[in-house]
Amino acid sequence: MAEIIWGLATSHVPSIGAAMDHHKTDDPYWKPLFDGYSPARAWMAAHPPDVAVIVYNDHANAVDLDLVPTFGIGTAESYDVADEGWGPRPVPPVAGAPELSAHLVGELVDEGFDLATFHRLDVDHGLTVPLSVYCPDPGDAWPCAVVPVLVNVIQYPQPTAARCYALGKAIGRAIRSYPRELKVAVFGTGGMSHQLAGARAGLINPEFDRMFLQAIESEPEKLAALSRDDYIREAGTEGIELIMWLVMRGAMSDRIARVHDTYHVPASNTAAALALFEDLGEA
Amino acid sequence: MTKARDDYLLDLEASRRGYAINRLCGSLKDPENRRRFSADEAAYCDAHGLSPEQKKAILERDWTAMLDLGGSIFYTFKLAVLDGRSMQDLGGVFTGMSSEEFTAAMRSGGRRFG
Repeated sequence: MAEIIWGLATSHVPSIGAAMDHHKTDDPYWKPLFDGYSPARAWMAAHPPDVAVIVYNDHANAVDLDLVPTFGIGTAESYDVADEGWGPRPVPPVAGAPELSAHLVGELVDEGFDLATFHRLDVDHGLTVPLSVYCPDPGDAWPCAVVPVLVNVIQYPQPTAARCYALGKAIGRAIRSYPRELKVAVFGTGGMSHQLAGARAGLINPEFDRMFLQAIESEPEKLAALSRDDYIREAGTEGIELIMWLVMRGAMSDRIARVHDTYHVPASNTAAALALFEDLGEA
Repeated sequence: MTKARDDYLLDLEASRRGYAINRLCGSLKDPENRRRFSADEAAYCDAHGLSPEQKKAILERDWTAMLDLGGSIFYTFKLAVLDGRSMQDLGGVFTGMSSEEFTAAMRSGGRRFG
């Protein structure tokens, strides 16, 4: 059967990708963030998954306001890298895992999670930056296939944190019921605190972020109980992306071990973090 | 320039009100549309059904007015990038700072509230 071997929570700020694409990771602005990634990257490179299930949000690239699915999942054999308005990132196209996608869709719909399915999906920085955080030098191809899972965090009302956590639990059960020997990593992306627009632009709340970084491991129910308004007030209008970390945490078993984490301000206008957890399996 | 509210939530009312602005800005993910917009901005606005206020906000690059008229930052940012502007530039606009002041505020740990 398939197993979840690790979970990665990471910010997906576009400029983190741009820093890698333009070879600026040793610049004083970026070096502390990328130094913070190093131990996690080394550990992940030693524990490569066959498939990464990447929970992210699109940013007006594959999804526009004509139709906003609250939850979606990619079911394609491959995904092109989106032109977000400034040309696609110079990274490889993303190979899909359509058989696992189909299994997940079937299991999740049967559990009451009616996800929209994407047969065509150009993936934007929300997905490719976390892949680059895992694998900075992919060469011609990423080292794993990917199942994209999309969450609407842009149009209000976003799904509740509790619903995201419950979706993650269902995704975890669905992965573990997949009847093939497959190592799976789950990525929860976005955050931490940030706000891009309005008079509170530039908001950073390190106390909330530090609390969240700790609780995502040991008290995810506490984070799942926070309201939409709690997230927006404390973490900013875009900090609500943190609900996607709860999908990752929900997919993992109760027994996890923190491998590494790092927290840095700023990446562009955002507090950036990474937290990596090994899944120790069901007790 | 327009003064920004604290927060902008893209709820369904704002999405409906800002549909034309967001559709125009979203279309700039296509390089051919970027070329057409740059060739004649006013005509491009008219072709996308912008109201007079929305068209004025786009042509004058009144970033806060775009938000007030239902624009989403994820859409209007595509226009900003076409202009060669950064999210720090826009952060400065929304908060009454220069880009340099806003960038410095971020580098010193960000802006704290409450």
